Amino acid sequence: MAIEVKHLDHRYGEGTIFEQYALKNVTLTIADGEFIGLIGHTGSGKSTLTQHLNGLLKATSGDILYNGESIYAEGYSMKELRGRVGLVFQYPEHQLFETDVFTDVCFGPKNLGLSEEEIKRRAAEALALVGLDESFYKQSPFELSGGQKRRAAIAGVLAMKPEVLILDEPTAGLDPRGRDDILGLVARLHEEQGMTVILVSHSMEDVARYVSRLVVMNRGEKVFDGTPREVFRHYKQLEKMGLAAPQITYVVHALRERGIAIDEDIMTVEEARDAILALWRKNA
Amino acid sequence: MLRDITLGQYYPVDSVLHRLDPRTKLFGTLVYIVTLFIADHILAYIAAAVFLTAAIRLSRVPVKFMVRGLKAVVFLLLISVSFNLFLTPGRPIFTIGFLKMTWEGVEIAAFMSIRLVFLVMGSTLLTLTTTPNQLTDGLERSLGFLKKVGVPVHEVSMMMSIALRFIPILVEETDKIMKAQMARGADFESGNLIQRAKAMVPLLVPLFISAFRRATDLAMAMEARCYRGGEGRTKMKPLHYERRDRMTYLVYLLYFALCVAIRFL
Repeated sequence: MAIEVKHLDHRYGEGTIFEQYALKNVTLTIADGEFIGLIGHTGSGKSTLTQHLNGLLKATSGDILYNGESIYAEGYSMKELRGRVGLVFQYPEHQLFETDVFTDVCFGPKNLGLSEEEIKRRAAEALALVGLDESFYKQSPFELSGGQKRRAAIAGVLAMKPEVLILDEPTAGLDPRGRDDILGLVARLHEEQGMTVILVSHSMEDVARYVSRLVVMNRGEKVFDGTPREVFRHYKQLEKMGLAAPQITYVVHALRERGIAIDEDIMTVEEARDAILALWRKNA
Repeated sequence: MLRDITLGQYYPVDSVLHRLDPRTKLFGTLVYIVTLFIADHILAYIAAAVFLTAAIRLSRVPVKFMVRGLKAVVFLLLISVSFNLFLTPGRPIFTIGFLKMTWEGVEIAAFMSIRLVFLVMGSTLLTLTTTPNQLTDGLERSLGFLKKVGVPVHEVSMMMSIALRFIPILVEETDKIMKAQMARGADFESGNLIQRAKAMVPLLVPLFISAFRRATDLAMAMEARCYRGGEGRTKMKPLHYERRDRMTYLVYLLYFALCVAIRFL
């Protein structure tokens, strides 16, 4: 049991007209090795929630347990927590600052107080994971392309060897190819490294293909929590929150309305193709 | 933590103070500052306190919100208070080594801090009740006479309004980058002065880069909309004085006269 979030509240600007709930009574358990999609409209509290998970924001009330220990307990090391729960911010390339890529990736492990050797080993490992080879090591991070910058920045977090990896909109502003690269990388990290991954996004299509569990946030509250199939059944409610189920869900539901007995839980174009072909063959 | 800086932030409620012409408010702030500096008697400070309290009440900005803005000057305040306490010659209260606290020092320190607090609160009130756009409009009009001697008033006020507008954006950006680096284990709070200064590099480099990026983007966007400086530019909302402004000027006059009277009587 990796992370337990208990009745978390977060309020901004208490006592002024700016006061608002960013999080309202959020309870959530994240088990080791899960791959979770955290979905919500802009301002739904999804980013705020992730910043609580590694202690960057402190809850107004409620508690978070990491491996059974409250992170708000006295003497709990936030630095250690941040090494274990790696958080990749939106547009992470905006945090690059060193003169070359390799040194920048070393920043995280260096802060953890590791030995010089270990730092270098981890940086090289992280860069290999994101697919940046040695020819990039000595380049200035500001000379890389958009997608490469982002991968370098993700490596900066991976180099701390986190047990849990949280990515806040990792595909924002990337072209379709860059998007597939990053999502493929994240899926690989989950499968090969066994990391617990939380993918924050507002795009259903992006996450539907990869995650095994979806958590939907709306106005600071958790509204749905289940497998993508379960969540997409509520596609009408999702629409009201400014979210949309994958396009194929709409096609499937339209077919069902016309009396075609196709499985309503189909999520990807490939599944739909196979199901439609199967039905067609049966009728022909 | 950084959200606590209220200087340069607008508090959007509807009040008499919000509706006043920005020139009226600018002039009022100026009058208020002048009276604070000529004040040398407790009565003058009481008058200033009454004036400020009335203005704050009229503005409908919560006092809590204003007081938070003071946090930024606490350090400055502490330094000036301790200097005044110990370095003013006069009748001693007690001595520790070469440090001597005097009655005169206590008096000056008290007045100095009241003055500073009032000053900050007064100018914070101006920015809390006036949008940056109004503020620059007001400044541009009030300083229009300088154009005749070749001062690029419009350009300067445009720069000022952009600077003001960017304060909250950059504050937010700083907060974000700080968090991103903290997520990578950065520590901005402990260590000695040199270590702390060094710890700022991962914050400042990205911040500078983003500031420059924003500046070029903004310049581009302005040029794309044919901005070419103040020459021949008209206003969408030209400023003009209302009855309430004239009344307010009358209040200023009375207040100023009172303060001058206290000073010289």
